[in-house]
Amino acid sequence: MSSHLTSQVRLRKFIGFSFLCLALSILAVSLPGLSFAQVDTFEFETQEQQKRFRSLSDELRCPMCQNTSLSGSTGGVAEDLRREVHRMIMEGMSDEQIEQFMYERYGDFIFYKPRLKPETILLWFGPLLFFLIGAIVLVNIWRKAKKMDAEPVVVTGDSKSRLDALIAEHDRSKAVAKNSNE
Amino acid sequence: MNRSLAFLPVAAFVILALVMWRGLYLDSKELPSMLIDKPMPAFDLTTVDGTSVTNDSLPSEPFLLNVWGSYCLPCLVEHPTFMRLSESGEIPIVGVNYRDQKALALNWLEDNGNPYAFSILDEPGRFGIDLGVYGAPETYLVDSKGVIRYRHVSVLDETVWREVFEPAIAELRAEEAE
Repeated sequence: MSSHLTSQVRLRKFIGFSFLCLALSILAVSLPGLSFAQVDTFEFETQEQQKRFRSLSDELRCPMCQNTSLSGSTGGVAEDLRREVHRMIMEGMSDEQIEQFMYERYGDFIFYKPRLKPETILLWFGPLLFFLIGAIVLVNIWRKAKKMDAEPVVVTGDSKSRLDALIAEHDRSKAVAKNSNE
Repeated sequence: MNRSLAFLPVAAFVILALVMWRGLYLDSKELPSMLIDKPMPAFDLTTVDGTSVTNDSLPSEPFLLNVWGSYCLPCLVEHPTFMRLSESGEIPIVGVNYRDQKALALNWLEDNGNPYAFSILDEPGRFGIDLGVYGAPETYLVDSKGVIRYRHVSVLDETVWREVFEPAIAELRAEEAE
């Protein structure tokens, strides 16, 4: 009986730990990214233009330095591309047009959020796939544990007498240990 | 318990390990150019010597387009290869002087030699953006119709010349001779 119980407890702990990991990873990805913007002296006519410039240069990736956005990069080409984004905003081009301009020259790589198309499906939905697999495995373990709880363990015959002997042995050694401690 | 199910984690591990193993040897700097098989972007600029150039000034045979700058150390590394190519007349080379200063560019050519038929002056890097340039050095193989056929990022030394460019140029010439 007792070994059955400890494995139950262990299982519970394992499931609890899994959920904790899950919660922590969700928290980690949802924290706002820290960005260190380069200081340019661009002038805008409206607040909205400035906002669009900020969001575009955060979402476009510097082709040269790979893991920084246009806004965070000191690279030469990033500086040029920021200037181009500014020019296009001032010329009244839409975000889509600006993104298309970048795509035609630098491809999918330029976007931190790649466009949804056959080549990028795994990139977009891969994490969801892994999440679902993990969820299915967890639910299965949980259901099995519940089933184990529901079924009383019946011990008969040889196993019963062996188990009784073991419990008696355990109790005796416990009693001895207690006595020697006192 | 279904026994075959026990191998599922092992199978998943093997597949993931293979994918990541491959990932270890992929060069993340080697990005595909969007301009392959597209005509060279239109330009109306000047050379470093001040002559005006447009797409019509480009050679009417396959040529190399090399993006360089006087600030660019790897450009010095590949420079001897371009000098040798221009001396032997193997293939015309057009330069793009990218994000540089005219005076510095001219000095650099004087000091190190000028392998270029001409060098397009792109001080603001605007032509570079149309080409999809990340940074110097980059070298493009352009065919006689002005269509970009291949792009090489970083140094083009003798090894790259022998292993990549020589076969690619031979193939291109054979294709154009047909």
